[in-house]
Order: sequence, then structure tokens, then C-alpha cells
Amino acid sequence: MKTETPPAEPQEIEPPRPRSRSIAVEALLIPLLALFSALVVGGIVMIFTDPEVARAWASVGRNPGNAISMSWDLVSSAYGALFEGAFGNPTALSETLLASTPLILAGLSVALAFRAGLFNIGAEGQIIGGMLTSSWVAFTLDLPLVIHLPIALIAGFLGGAFWGSIAGFLKARTGAHEVITTIMLNFIALNLLTFFLKTPIYQRPGRTDPLSKEVAESARLPSFGDYRVNWGIVLALLTAFVVWYLLFRTTIGFRFRAVGANPKAAAYAGMSVAGTYILAMALAGGLSGLAGTANLLGVVYSMSPGFLGYGFDAIALALLGRTHPLGVVLAALLFGALRAGALQMQGTAGVGTDIIVVIQALIIMFVAAPALVREIYRIRARSAIETDAITKSWAS
Amino acid sequence: MPGDGIRAFKEEYLRMRMKWFAALFMVLALFVAACAEEDEPTDAGGDNGAEETDNSDFLACQVTDTGGVDDRSFNQTAYKGLEDAEDEFGIEIQVLESQNPNDFEPNIQSLIQQDCDIIVTVGFLLGDATAAAAEANPDKLFAIVDFDFFDADAGEDISFDNVKELTFATDEAAFLAGYVAAGTTETGKLGTYGGINIPTVTIFMDGFQAGMEHFNSENGGDVVLEGWDSANPEGGLFTGDFENQDNGRQVTETLLGEDVDIVMPVAGPVGLGSAAAVQDAGEGSLVWVDTDGCVSVEEFCDLFLTSVMKNMDVAVFTAVEEALNDEFEGGLYTGTLENEGVGIAPFHEFEDTVSDDIKTQVEELRQQIIDGEVTVGQG
Repeated sequence: MKTETPPAEPQEIEPPRPRSRSIAVEALLIPLLALFSALVVGGIVMIFTDPEVARAWASVGRNPGNAISMSWDLVSSAYGALFEGAFGNPTALSETLLASTPLILAGLSVALAFRAGLFNIGAEGQIIGGMLTSSWVAFTLDLPLVIHLPIALIAGFLGGAFWGSIAGFLKARTGAHEVITTIMLNFIALNLLTFFLKTPIYQRPGRTDPLSKEVAESARLPSFGDYRVNWGIVLALLTAFVVWYLLFRTTIGFRFRAVGANPKAAAYAGMSVAGTYILAMALAGGLSGLAGTANLLGVVYSMSPGFLGYGFDAIALALLGRTHPLGVVLAALLFGALRAGALQMQGTAGVGTDIIVVIQALIIMFVAAPALVREIYRIRARSAIETDAITKSWAS
Repeated sequence: MPGDGIRAFKEEYLRMRMKWFAALFMVLALFVAACAEEDEPTDAGGDNGAEETDNSDFLACQVTDTGGVDDRSFNQTAYKGLEDAEDEFGIEIQVLESQNPNDFEPNIQSLIQQDCDIIVTVGFLLGDATAAAAEANPDKLFAIVDFDFFDADAGEDISFDNVKELTFATDEAAFLAGYVAAGTTETGKLGTYGGINIPTVTIFMDGFQAGMEHFNSENGGDVVLEGWDSANPEGGLFTGDFENQDNGRQVTETLLGEDVDIVMPVAGPVGLGSAAAVQDAGEGSLVWVDTDGCVSVEEFCDLFLTSVMKNMDVAVFTAVEEALNDEFEGGLYTGTLENEGVGIAPFHEFEDTVSDDIKTQVEELRQQIIDGEVTVGQG
């Protein structure tokens, strides 16, 4: 339900500001301010969790300058390293793009489902679904690169699509809420992975650990020179464009958005809501499957048990990017930079990577509560547009 | 007018909020002050060792797997080995945590660039990354915990001159624990469960079962084990991860409900759920694993019959010491009862519960295993 303020309300007495911001600026402003706020709060957390600096603060009465300068040193060296590790040199940039690749694809997955009115919590399971099929293709077949790699990628897409469509099917046929089914399917996928890694099909011969065989050279995404970043990032960006085109330039995309906006109206207009749910979840699953596959074929080359964590970040990315492919790409680049920078921060400034998780969570919190950011920075609300994407899916 | 009400509420809310922030900040400051003061004495003790010889230019490093350095399991135990080395020799240490498998390679690279004198990696997940780094940097020293290299393509065991593979014959120690448990149980039923069905977990359970069976055949007992049977490894009881303590609690409640009175959880922190379950039930006891439970989780010490110790910290410490003294040799190290790489913890609170007979028998058994007179494997 939208809560639009009736025009007679006293809050509206103030005259509107002369300077009007475009929606695009507004869409960037809130996330940027959220990032800034999150870095500030993250810095405070850093100060109070570092034993030495905290001790300096404990005796702040005796030597206030010391406490302040120590805090400044800590926070500036940490954020300096964070920036250095994300953008400071070609290797850092490579790491940022590398970390962004699966995030872009998984973020697109959640965003696409959002557009069709579906809350896809199951990216993590779909990632596993995609890796199970693509890895099999990648280590079993023996083909030249130009054939092997595309087949492996398609297999990954299909594996994820299959896993995603289960939830879509359940929703369409039985009305089972996709939030519940996708969460459950995550754990089913996780346990399937653990199981398969112990079978001779996947398990590396001669080992008793649950570690898969390595994917063949001919199925690996070629990297750029000596850097770890590989063609996966190009694939991800191309996919983002395709998703944008699909959503905003095709009838299928129109159907997705129509069903997402109002399933009853869409049905009245003659669209198949059930079919749309299944197709949207299949495509979303396929994108997640591709996320797992790009990471598998581009970076790690083998599977091990456990969630990779991209699927959960993806939910945040879809919200941060306002469920728009471009927004998702930007948000994923931000998170990728944070991830890449985190390693450097840990290495040279000695600040644990956990603080990055805190910062990411704070960004989400500030973005999800735009009223809070407005309150802090005294920005007047322009319209109800920005809360739409976030609130609608909950209200369905 | 409803709007006035809202505005008044908002102002009131803002005032309240300022007060809350102020209060929160003060509480936080006090809390930090309290924590910081407690920390002070421990720090002062750390500097003593360094005075004799200056090893501060020696840097020992670790890369954790995805569990992180505070996993109450092997990452943490391996790190303790580094910390002990820091206290003992006054060396510098550094640890890098990995959030997911993508981080292994850059973390190892980062440590190589920082000129670490030895790099300790933990667990089979890091196997590939460690092998690649060791091959590319033959002048760097590595040690990997819980892993033995194997070349899948050639189908043969391999090793590197610059990597020490730290593995543990945990079943030897678990054998002793199984014997003690079988000799102490009142219901005649023991229980165990694991986190994930992987060799480094099941080796505990195999040893535990073998020890129990050895007790049965020596003393004509008929103690049984719930949750694991070496003959049917797929039928074992596993919670599915090394994190969710609720699962540990549930599994333990089920076991206790089946008249089991001694449980051995082999699932890292999941075992804390078992401790809670046993504490609530008011009966039964636990066999802790990896470390002496009475040291690592003191608060539950009165629940621990004993612990199967896998002394990864000692192994890591030794590897660092060897690297420091230029005595490092690559290849396989296996922690056994003989070299004290594994062992069982003292009985602590159960000192009076465990009979003297059992205590002497366990001592004899330990020697027999070392001498090879008793084998802990199946059969």
C-alpha cells in the first residue's frame, strides 16, 4: 500500500525547494550518502573494537590527543588500504572486477525476479545448481575451448534455471510462497552438493575430502594477462545489458513488470500469471547459475562444500540497485570493491574483514531506510518512487 | 488536527533520541573502558620472551579457511600455535581470514609479498592454493594443517620440499577416549555425531568406536554406540555444518532420549549445543574434541569426561620453531600418541568417577598402541 500524504497535511506548508533534483541524481544521492554514513559508523566500530585504541579512549581524560590521533591513524590507514586494495593499482582493479563478476550476475537474478513481483532468496541454491551442471560438463567433456566453454556456461545457466523454476512452479501451481520455497531449496541444494562431492562422479580421485575434480583447461574463462580478472566480467556486463533489454524492450519484460506491478490486472489483461512466475524464476535461477559458473570457471576451478555467500549479497544488491540492471552493476562494483579492498585492509592495516560485512550491512540499512538518511542530511523527500521497489514485494 | 499531533510527536521523538544517543554513547564508553582495563595485564606479559634473542624480524603467517580465526576449531587451534610461538620466541605473527574460496590465492600472495618466513594454511580447502603457491615459490616455507597432498592425475602421493603437511592419527586418541567412555557409561550406550561426513571428522568416530569395541572384547562388555558405525559410514549422524548449535542441541537431546549417557560431538562449535542439552538434562556427559574442553570452553568443564586432543597448535608451533632454527623439512608429519601430536585430556571433574582400573588400563593401552601391540583400525 502506498502512503501518499494528503495535500492538506500541515507538513506541506513549506514551499518546495526551487532547485529540483532529477530522479537519477536522487537515485544516486541516497546510496552515496548511505555509503558515507556506513563508512563513518564502520570507522567508529573499528575504533571501539581495536584493543589498543579502545584503551587509549579508556584513559581519554588523561591524554585526549593521543586517543584522537590513534583513532585517526587506525581509521585512515584502514580506509586507505581499503581504497588501495580496490582501486590503487592494476592488480587491485583486477581483484575488484573479479569479485564483482558473480555479484553482478546474482544481483541481476534477484532484481529480475523482483520485477516480476517475486522475492528470490534462493540465488545461493541456484548458484549451486548451476555449478553442479557446469562443473560436470567442464571436467567430463574433452572439447576445444570455443565449444567447451560456451557449453559449460549454458549448462550452468540451465542448471540454475532448473533449480529456480522449481520455486516458480510451486508458486504457480500451489501458491507456495517463493520466499519459503527458495530458502528451503537453498539448503536442499547445499546438501545435494555435499552429497555429490562424495560420489565418484564429482569427487577428485584419490582424495577422501569433499572436493570436486578440477575443470578442464578448455572450459576455463581466459583471464586478462597475468591478472586474475577474466572474461567473466565481460560476460556479466553483457548479461546485464541483455537483462535490461529483456525487461524494458521486450513483451516478455513488459509481462514481467505488469505481473510484478499488479498480478490481478495482468491476468485481466490476458497475461498468464502462472507462466510468468515460472519463466521469471527460471530466468532468475539461470542468472544465478551463471554467477556460480563464472566463478567456478574463472577463479576457483573446483567445488567445495558450503555456500559462497553471493546469493545473500545479491538480495542487498538488487535493493541497492533499485532492481535496475544498471543499478545492480554499480552496486555490485561497489560491493566487489569492498570485498577486494577488505583483503588489503586485513593484510596491511590489520583490520579484520568482518568490518566490511558491517559496512555492507550498514549501507543496506541506510538504503532501506531512506527516511533515516534524509533525516540525517536534511534532504526533503521528492517522491514516493524510491521506496516502491523495496516495499512492494513485501506487500504482495 | 492530526498533523499537529504528528509534529509534536516528532519533536518529542527527536528530543528523546538525543538523550538515547547520549546515554548509549556513555554506556559504550564505560563498556570499552572496562574491557580495555581487563586487557591490560595480558599484554604486559607478552613482551618477556623477546628479551633473550631478538626474533622480531621473523614473521610467521597464517591463512584461515572460510571458518575464520575464531572458529573454535582447527583455524583457531592452528593460530594458537602461532601465538604460542610469538610468546616463546618473540617473533611477529600475522593472520589473514578468507571469506570464501576466492580469497585463498590473494591471501597467500599477500603474505608472500609481506615476506613471511613461514605461511601456515589450514584445511583441505586450501590444498590446491597452497600447492600452487609452494610450487611457484620454492624458497618460501609453508605448512598445511590437516592435509596430505595427492596428485589426482598421476594417482600418487606427492610432497614438496618447502611444505610440511601436518596430519594427525586422531583415531589413536579417540580410541583411548572410547575405551574410557565404555568403561564409565552407566546405561551401556555411547553416542556420537559429526558436523559433516568428511575424513577428518569420521576418524574421531572410527577411533571412538574401535576403543569401545576393544573394551567390550577385553572385559566382556556389551556397550553400544549410537550415531556411527564404521561398517556403514553413510548411516552416520551428522548435523550438516560446523556452525548451527541448535542442531547439536537437538541431536544430543535425541541421543539422551535413547538412553545414551556419554556423547562425543565432532563438530567444532556445534558441540556447544550438546553441552547446553546435557546441562539442561542434568545428566550425561560429553567427550570434547580437538582441544581440552576444560581449557577451551571452561564454562562447561563439569560436563567433560575427557577430550580427544588433536594438538594442531603444537604441530604448528613446532613447524614455526623448525623454520626459525633453519631445521625445516618438507613432507608429511603425522601427530601420534607417541610424539604427543594427539592425546586425551585429563579427567578434571571426572577424576573420581573414572575408576582406577580404567585409568591404569588406559595407560597400558596408550603404551600398547605406541608399541604397535594394539591397532586402532578396524578388525
